[in-house]
Amino acid sequence: MAPIVPVASVAPVHVSGPKRSSRSVYILLIPGLAWLAVFFLIPLFTLFMTSLQKESASKPGTYVFGIQLSNYANALAEYWPQFLRSFVYAGLATILALAIAYPLAYFIAFKAGNWRSLMLVLVVAPAFASFLLRTYAWKTILADDGVVTSTLNSLHLLPDGRILNTGIAVVAGLTYNFLPFMILPLFASLDRIDYRLIEAGSDLYASPAKVFWRVTWPLSMPGIVAGTLLTFIPAAGDFINAELLGSAKDRMIGNVIQTNFIEFRDYPTASALSFALMAAILILVFGYIRRSGTEDLV
Amino acid sequence: MRWIRKNIIGAIAILVLVYLFIPIAVVIAFSFNKPEGKFNLQWNEFSFNAWTQICGVPGVCQSFLTSVQLGLISTVIATVLGTMIAFALVRYRFRGRSSTNLLIFMPMAAPEVVMGSSLLALFLNLRFPLGTVTVMIAHIMFIISFVVVAVKARLQGMDPKLEEAARDLYAGPAATFRYVTFPLVLPGIIGAALLGFSLSFDDFIISFFNAGTLVTFPIYIWGAAQRGIPPQVNALASLVFISALAIVLGAQLYSWRRRRSLATH
Amino acid sequence: MTNEGPRAGTSRRVEDLRLAGLTKVFGDQRAVDELSITIAAGSFFALLGASGCGKTTTLRMIAGLEEPTSGQVFIGDKDITELRAFQRPVNTVFQSYALFPHLDIFENVAFGLRRRGIKHVDAAVGQMLELVELSSLARRKPSQLSGGQQQRVAVARALINEPDVLLLDEPLGALDLKLRRQMQIELKRIQSEVGTTFVHVTHDQEEAMTMADTVAVMHAGRIEQLGHPADVYETPRTVFVANFLGQSNLIVGEKIQGGESVEVNAHGVRFTMPGSRNFAPGSQLVVGVRPEKMIVLDLADAGRIPSGQNTLHGTVTDVSYTGVSTQYLVLTAWGQQVIAFEQNSIVGDRCAVGDPVVLHWSPQHTFGLDPAGGLSSGIDPSVLALESDAEA
Repeated sequence: MAPIVPVASVAPVHVSGPKRSSRSVYILLIPGLAWLAVFFLIPLFTLFMTSLQKESASKPGTYVFGIQLSNYANALAEYWPQFLRSFVYAGLATILALAIAYPLAYFIAFKAGNWRSLMLVLVVAPAFASFLLRTYAWKTILADDGVVTSTLNSLHLLPDGRILNTGIAVVAGLTYNFLPFMILPLFASLDRIDYRLIEAGSDLYASPAKVFWRVTWPLSMPGIVAGTLLTFIPAAGDFINAELLGSAKDRMIGNVIQTNFIEFRDYPTASALSFALMAAILILVFGYIRRSGTEDLV
Repeated sequence: MRWIRKNIIGAIAILVLVYLFIPIAVVIAFSFNKPEGKFNLQWNEFSFNAWTQICGVPGVCQSFLTSVQLGLISTVIATVLGTMIAFALVRYRFRGRSSTNLLIFMPMAAPEVVMGSSLLALFLNLRFPLGTVTVMIAHIMFIISFVVVAVKARLQGMDPKLEEAARDLYAGPAATFRYVTFPLVLPGIIGAALLGFSLSFDDFIISFFNAGTLVTFPIYIWGAAQRGIPPQVNALASLVFISALAIVLGAQLYSWRRRRSLATH
Repeated sequence: MTNEGPRAGTSRRVEDLRLAGLTKVFGDQRAVDELSITIAAGSFFALLGASGCGKTTTLRMIAGLEEPTSGQVFIGDKDITELRAFQRPVNTVFQSYALFPHLDIFENVAFGLRRRGIKHVDAAVGQMLELVELSSLARRKPSQLSGGQQQRVAVARALINEPDVLLLDEPLGALDLKLRRQMQIELKRIQSEVGTTFVHVTHDQEEAMTMADTVAVMHAGRIEQLGHPADVYETPRTVFVANFLGQSNLIVGEKIQGGESVEVNAHGVRFTMPGSRNFAPGSQLVVGVRPEKMIVLDLADAGRIPSGQNTLHGTVTDVSYTGVSTQYLVLTAWGQQVIAFEQNSIVGDRCAVGDPVVLHWSPQHTFGLDPAGGLSSGIDPSVLALESDAEA
């Protein structure tokens, strides 16, 4: 029998909640958790099983149960460039997003005053406009004859002479799309810092740069960890940006999974890639979580 | 020099906000374009055409309504399920608490492509027909976690003394919940539901894997992107954006004015 | 007059509150230890103690918010131990008030009545708001009220239910000093108007002494001493009470004669006290006296001391003028610091640092205590730390 003790979360031990029967906690938990188990956990297992299937001998194009680990080897041998590219693009986008988000988050947390809640609304607001359309709009903004491209070209900053349909456009799109996921955790973490600590730092260290690197940055670490995860993970799995803004040379692993699943119907290869992506990201997340703790992220 | 140093962060902050809105400005502007050819990518001619005939292109409004319905139903179910879990997590100590937390955290951390493809693998193996039901199942699944997080935060922020006060004032468990706990947690639940709806309404990747022949608004846009997105889509998206922003800013303004009126009393 | 509203005066029959062997154990800690007291109907009873002494736990067990490990709670002859909080004729004024933020003042006050299914609450609520002088603010939300106003809403919200016992958990703790004084008087007025039994938990001795007609000093889950505030102050029965309630000078000695008049030898000095004021069971005892009972005289004036007084010789080491009184620190021959307060009503020179002085006081102001628990029991640990620093 599981021990069930009602607790008041924040209150000290001797403030106990009302006595409730042990059954009610399961009534509360089971429907939602069962949903997550059946439609999140079990599918991951099915995905894994599918990734080991082999092609049917009698009916080509269909797949039957098997334990064919070579699916993984074959998939990775064929698609490792896209895999690698996903992580490079997502990594670049994450670093860019951090650099862009930090000043804004810092400003909202410490300097915005009365404008604070309005600015937070404005950070969230782009999500009210369609993700696909916003990405599509970058096609117009970064067009070959557009202002951005011609300005950069006149400065000879573009190796290919264009942005659209290059990796630069894909990274730019990823950076833009997941920026709010960086700003919000950064803000939350900066907001928790007692500003007097930063002022005390100005007393102890000579330059503002030193104060930033020795006081502000370390104190905002939880936000940096959460923000980079929340940006990197969806960016690594994204295929919308690569599809709309990149060329065939810029395809990411998401594109491969999508086309193999939906167009080629090569389920074992697609599943193997998907499962490998999940595994790679899980390893990364748990490496990160060691430094922050799950309850902080949930 | 000092002036620059004092205001540089503010200037960067404003530039970043402007940057966030550039594509939206393009989306709205191009809803007034009369495109030359199929692709609505280059400015051609100002026109109210897309707004006056907002359903003028076959399938646009249909997909829009599909997404609204899907969003409403998924949000209601996910909000109920997620709120229940949040209550259990905050109010009870039970075995398996950390696995519960992990199970809630994972869908938020998993890439959409993995969730979409794994659900598709499940439905294919079960030979379950793809369509409204499968998309709804998927949406409920990924909204639950966000609801749990939002409602849990609200519940944890509530003073436990308020419920004690209710019990002290002759409210039994049911009355305490109805007259004190629920009204106090309600803003958190509403916030969670709004977030859930916007996630569902705008979801493309997971829906795309599990939709079969069902066309949601994002799926319509995806399909249209290959052959040219009609300005009607821009008009509808602009409409959604402007009304959502108006609602949020209105709520902000209301609470701000209320606070001000309190201060002057 | 409806039977829903509060009634002025004590027309309603109120019954005693009785705790019998009430005990609460948290883990291996006995927060409340075999508490047995009877609180008379209509009295204003204060539970006084430092944080962690078990006073709040006791209150919560009376309210039904905490389940006792053992023991019972009675109102009159009725055992209410098994009743849940919402079934008890007891209401609480919570620390920091716990007003419902989503309801206005009127609905906060009406809450208890509505939960008991009473439909017509307007008259009762109106009357109650009048009692606490908040009629004009009925439609405000709690966040729009000042601390003192919120406090009065909390009292009204509890009292409207005409409880047999009203529990107050540090009700004035969140208010500033001036407002606290005002509310002390206000609460006393309300109590005398409604005649309900008030049980008031506080760590503030002044608050307890000004408001209550009975004070119980609590320490480590037990009641050290219970009685009228003046009696408890004038005649502390334990070292804890002597130190916790005000200040005391305590000198260790040996009983050399018992009976009606007890004689004590301490460091070669003889002290006398009535036998009724000696609470030490053995021959070892602590002689105690309150600082304001001692009269400070220059050694040259020693002849003016009436016979029969207790006397103590020493040297002044510090004089602090505090306005109302002057505080003297006097070092005795055996190296103990003694503190004496002198009202600033005398004309002429005060003693100065270095002066040899004689302190004298009446045996009637002397008390004898059991030294078993040590002499520092009941002194605020932070003060103790300061003193040991000063000595070092």
